[in-house]
Formats: sequence, structure tokens, C-alpha cells
Amino acid sequence: MDLSALGNCLTSASCIVTQTTSGLIIGLLLFLVAAGVSLIFGVLKVVNFAHGSFYMLGAYFALTAFKLTDNYLVAVLAAGIGVAIFGLLFERLLMSRVYGSPVLMQLLVCYGVILILDDVVKIIWGADFRSFGMPATFQALPFVFAGGVVPVFYMFLIVVTLLIAAILGLVITRTRYGKIVRAAAVNPSMVSALGINTGVVYASVFVIGGLLAGLAGGLAAPVRSLVSGMGTSVIIESFIVTVIGGMGSVAGALVGSLLIGLVRSFGTIGFPLFTEGLMFLLMAVVLVVKPSGLFGKGN
Amino acid sequence: MTKLIGPKPTRRDVVKGAGVAAVGITGFPYISFAQNKPIRAGMVTINSGRGAMVGSASSKGASWEVEKFNAAGGLGGRPIELIIRDSKGKPDESARIAREFVNSDGCEILFDADSSAAAFAIQEVAKELGVLTVHMNSETSSLTADPKIRSWNAFRSARQGIHDAIGGGSYAAGVAKEKGLVKWMGCSPDYAYGRDSNVLFFEYLKHFNKDIEVVGESWPKLFQADYTEQLTKILQTKPQAIYSCLWGGDLTTFIDQSSIYNLFAQMQVFAINIADYAILTAVKNLPKGIHSGSRYLATFPKTKENADWAAAYRAKFNEYPQNWSWENATGAQFVIEAMKKTNSTDPKKVAAAMEGMTIDSPFGVGGKITMRAEDHTIINYATGWGQTIPTDPYVPDVQSVDWKVIAELEIEWKKKSKYL
Repeated sequence: MDLSALGNCLTSASCIVTQTTSGLIIGLLLFLVAAGVSLIFGVLKVVNFAHGSFYMLGAYFALTAFKLTDNYLVAVLAAGIGVAIFGLLFERLLMSRVYGSPVLMQLLVCYGVILILDDVVKIIWGADFRSFGMPATFQALPFVFAGGVVPVFYMFLIVVTLLIAAILGLVITRTRYGKIVRAAAVNPSMVSALGINTGVVYASVFVIGGLLAGLAGGLAAPVRSLVSGMGTSVIIESFIVTVIGGMGSVAGALVGSLLIGLVRSFGTIGFPLFTEGLMFLLMAVVLVVKPSGLFGKGN
Repeated sequence: MTKLIGPKPTRRDVVKGAGVAAVGITGFPYISFAQNKPIRAGMVTINSGRGAMVGSASSKGASWEVEKFNAAGGLGGRPIELIIRDSKGKPDESARIAREFVNSDGCEILFDADSSAAAFAIQEVAKELGVLTVHMNSETSSLTADPKIRSWNAFRSARQGIHDAIGGGSYAAGVAKEKGLVKWMGCSPDYAYGRDSNVLFFEYLKHFNKDIEVVGESWPKLFQADYTEQLTKILQTKPQAIYSCLWGGDLTTFIDQSSIYNLFAQMQVFAINIADYAILTAVKNLPKGIHSGSRYLATFPKTKENADWAAAYRAKFNEYPQNWSWENATGAQFVIEAMKKTNSTDPKKVAAAMEGMTIDSPFGVGGKITMRAEDHTIINYATGWGQTIPTDPYVPDVQSVDWKVIAELEIEWKKKSKYL
């Protein structure tokens, strides 16, 4: 524990700028994955344990697309679309068959898919880690604000992820489709009775979840090593975010992700040996104070 | 998953097996077929998850030696049958597999190509069952240095943390004096190897240069996906140099993320595990001037034997050899040479032969590596430090570390640690 270092940081503009942007970037990338987990749980009451593997697939799809086109934008879009299609297949072929089953059965299906995808990645892309490399556009010196350092690529990531979060928020709150999704989350029988095909709604939620996770994988690929099993740590943090923000709440996922990002960022200054523990501590505090999560509704 | 490397049973083997069964049933006089029985060796390694690259390189290094031994006729006609099983990086699973190899599969040799955590668990199995065991990946010094952990039948063919620390400390202290680097910081993975390596490196850095001041430390967890928080902390602490023993994909992520913060222009970086082809070829824009210990390089030691071995490995496996490749090849070579010398697989005879044995090796100083008798660990392997360039040969000038210095300070360290 180094509280004096944390105190010095909080009174230094350069430290605040650097650590805040660091927290934002950690949180916003996490949000893209956690939002999908939260959305799927909110509508389907399914804990998609395989969502981390969606993120991994996104990173690998982006790697291949980048190799083929040398265009980062195309690579990220290919990752998002590719995993969205995979999400659709995953829901139609597997998850839709276990909707009414006990949670254990759903978890087993997800776990099986995780193991299969890890092996598939090893077969196609190899067991060794792969590096995406920084696209030429972003190979520039970092910005310096008030003495704090912010890499160009992270500025880009912050803008893009905020844009995606805004679009997602608008779709969920301001469109007819969003209303249907929210209604399906509350009362799927009524939605079905109104003549809306809930099967299509469910599949679309997996498509959106897959799209977000794929985009997250593609966006993060230049600064993360790609390796079979890379989704595991992301899914654990996503569940922490979902618990903090409230199961099923996209707004909660955003707030929870940013909280985790900032806790990690400033925690590493003051509590270098307890940064991971701080995340779980935050989750425990939220569970005690508001068991349904910051934005969650009771039950 | 189990992989078998060795001869498949032939019709003749089946007939022999049936014959043995018949002998057992009918009570015919005993006829031994043991002379043709394969020598079973079990390899525990990590073949899944984020550590899968360990198993990939380790199994290639060892199995290639086994293949060559079998092709040359084996031990009086007995080939080695190498069985490889995945521990998934879980030490309890590693110990279970090791036990199963001996008790159920009849393995006469254990190859531990797992993590350091698993090595200690496997060492306990080795002690209990008395099977000949070679730790091929674990670099944690106490495994063989601590007499309470050491065992008559267990050896290490991997480099050792204390050797790296002395070599690294000596090299870094020289650079620090030359460039006036006083303020240092550590950024190593938060588990046994990372902590040992970090502590020992700074101990010997200070031993060789009394002016060094450690101004901060950062402990990312193993397999952490993002190092942004550690990097920003380093930038805030403003050290003149950092030391890291991150490895594998964690290290490539750290390098990629450091580059976008322009970290390499602001301080000297000493990352012991960079000079390994898995890293050197994976990082797309390898920065110039990072200091690294030699893990495996085809150009170090700069000998024809080493270059030829690397070229042959690449031709066979279509990939560069890694640190684990040479460590596992060396472990297999020691066992094979000891079996040939004793013409036996008896663990007591083979272990006795391995003690103090020196073998010809492309990875050794002067083409030789010795299995030190007193603590069952290899010495005289090529080790040194140099600076990176972005293209092949990646670390063109490696400064060798003097083994006399290593040996002297290692003895002091053992005394201080109450191992002697």
C-alpha cells in the first residue's frame, strides 16, 4: 500500500490526466464486452459464459482481415460482423435449445464452446501468441495534456467506444426495436402475444452482443497479444462489471466498466499489490449496499 | 489429450503380448521379452489456454531428440515412447498426471515441461516414486538449490533464476555506470517466478553498482490483458531504467503498449525474456535498444553447431526454436546419454551417470554443458545480454556472462539462503 504516492498523484495534474485516460480506456473496452453480457442476460436471463470467446474471435478475425487488407478500419468491421454472425449461429444452433434448461446446463454448453473455440483458434492460428502491430496511422508520438501523456491510439479508442456506447444507448432507448427488446426482458410472453417473434428478438440480442464483443476484440487487438484463451480474463471482469452495474442494465455496464477502469488505474498507484483485489472489493461493497447492482432492478 | 511419439504396436508385438498372456495362464517357463519393450517416458506440459506455447516448444525440443535416438536404434533395440499429456497449467493436475504416468502407464522417465509451480508438485511425486525425473522448464532456483527439495533422482535442464540474476545484474550495473542510470523500477508478473527474478536482479544490480536506487515497483498479474495502468505508473514514477521479467504474450503486449506511450525513448528497458524468437518475431515494430538476456538465439553462441541446430529445427517444424526448445532438447540429451553410458534404464544407475556428466551441446559455452553433481542443475550453458535491433539477427552483439563470476556469487547466495 502506498497512500502517499496516491495522494501525490491526486494532487498532480499530469498524473490525473494520465491515470484518468488510462482508466477510461480500460473501462470503455471492457464496456463493449460487458454490455453484450448484460444485454443477453437482461433479455434472455442467460449467463453467456462464452462471451469472452466472442471477444477472442473478434481479435483473431481482425488479425486475419488486417493481414489481407492492411486496413485497420476494415479489420475492425470484419471482426464485428464476423462475430455477430457467429453469435447468431451460436444462439440458433446451441443456446436456443437450452433456454428452458437449468442454469447448469446453459453453463455447460457455454463452457464446452469455450474449450472448442480455444482449440479451434490453436488449430487455425497456432498455439503461440500473435501480435497485431500498431497500424501506421497511429504510430505517432503521444499527446501531452497538462503534463499527462495520452497515446494517439487511445484517443481514437476513447472516441470510437464512446460513439458505439451512444449508438447502443439510442437504439435501446429511442427505437421501436429497443422498446421490443426492453419489453422482452420484462415480459416475453406478452411480447409474443402481441405477434412479435421472440425467437428473432433473442437471436438479434446475441447478434448485437457478438457485434460488440467482436468490435472490442478488433479495437483492442493492436495493443493486446492474441492467444488462445485470451477471453478468460475479459469474461471475469465483464461479470464483475455486470454485477456492479446491475444485471441486464446497459447503462449500468457503462458505469460499472468505467468504475473498474478507474479503480485499476488509480489503484495501481496506491495499492500496487492489491489492484485485482480492489475490483472484487468494489463488487462486494456494491453487493452489500445494493444487491441488485447500481442500475439493477430488484429481482 | 495424450500424444504418443514412438512405434505403433505391430502384429508381432500383439502376438508377443498374446504369448506373454498365454505363458501367464498356462504356466510355461518364463521367457523375457523386456529387451524389445519400449522405454516409456511421460512428459507433463501445458498444451491448452494461454500457456499452450510452452507445450508446443517443449514437446518439439524433447521429441526431436527422442526421434533421433529411436532412429539410431534406441537402447539395445528399445526405443523411447514419449507420452505427452496436458496439465492445463494446473499444478495439482500436473502432479496427478505424473503419478499416473508411473503407476498406470509404466513410465520409467518423467519429463517435467510445466511451469515452476507444477515443478515443485512433480518433485514431490518424483521423490515418493523414485522415478528418474528431469525438470525442463522451471527456472526457480530453490527447486535444485534447496537440499530439502532436491532429490537423488531429479535433475534440471533449464537455465536457473540465480544464474540469470547474477548475469543480468552484472551487465545492467555496467550499463548503469556508463549511462548514469541511478533510479530504477521493476515491473514483473505477480507470481513466484516474477517475484524471485525481480528481487534477485535488483540484489545483484546493487551488488555490482552501489549507487542504484529502486524508486518503485509494479506487479501486473500473470496473463494480464492490459498493462496501461502499469505503464502510466511507470511514466509517473519517472525512473531512468526499468527491469521486467514478463514473458510470452504478456511481454509482447507490454512492448506494444509501451511503444504507444513512447516509453522506450524515455528510459532504458531491461527485459530479460525478449531475446527469444517467439517474442522477437511476434512484435511487429520491435524497438531498437532494449536490453535483454539471451533466451535462445541462433547467433549465440556464435558457432556452426548452434546455427545448424537452429536451421534444422526450423526446417523440421517450420518455426523458430525457443528457450523451451533448447532446454527440453538438453534434458532429453542428458537422459539419453546416461542411458547409453549405463546401458540401463534403472533410475539409480542413470541418475548416478547424470551427476557431473558433461555432454556435447550446441547450447553450451565451448560446445559443452555440464549437469552439476552437487545440485543436479545444468551449468556452462551460453548466457549473456545484448541490445535489440528491429530485424534479424535481432540481438546482434551478445556479451557473454562469465561463469566463474556466476559460480562464485551463487555459492555466496546459497550460503546466505542457508542452502549450504
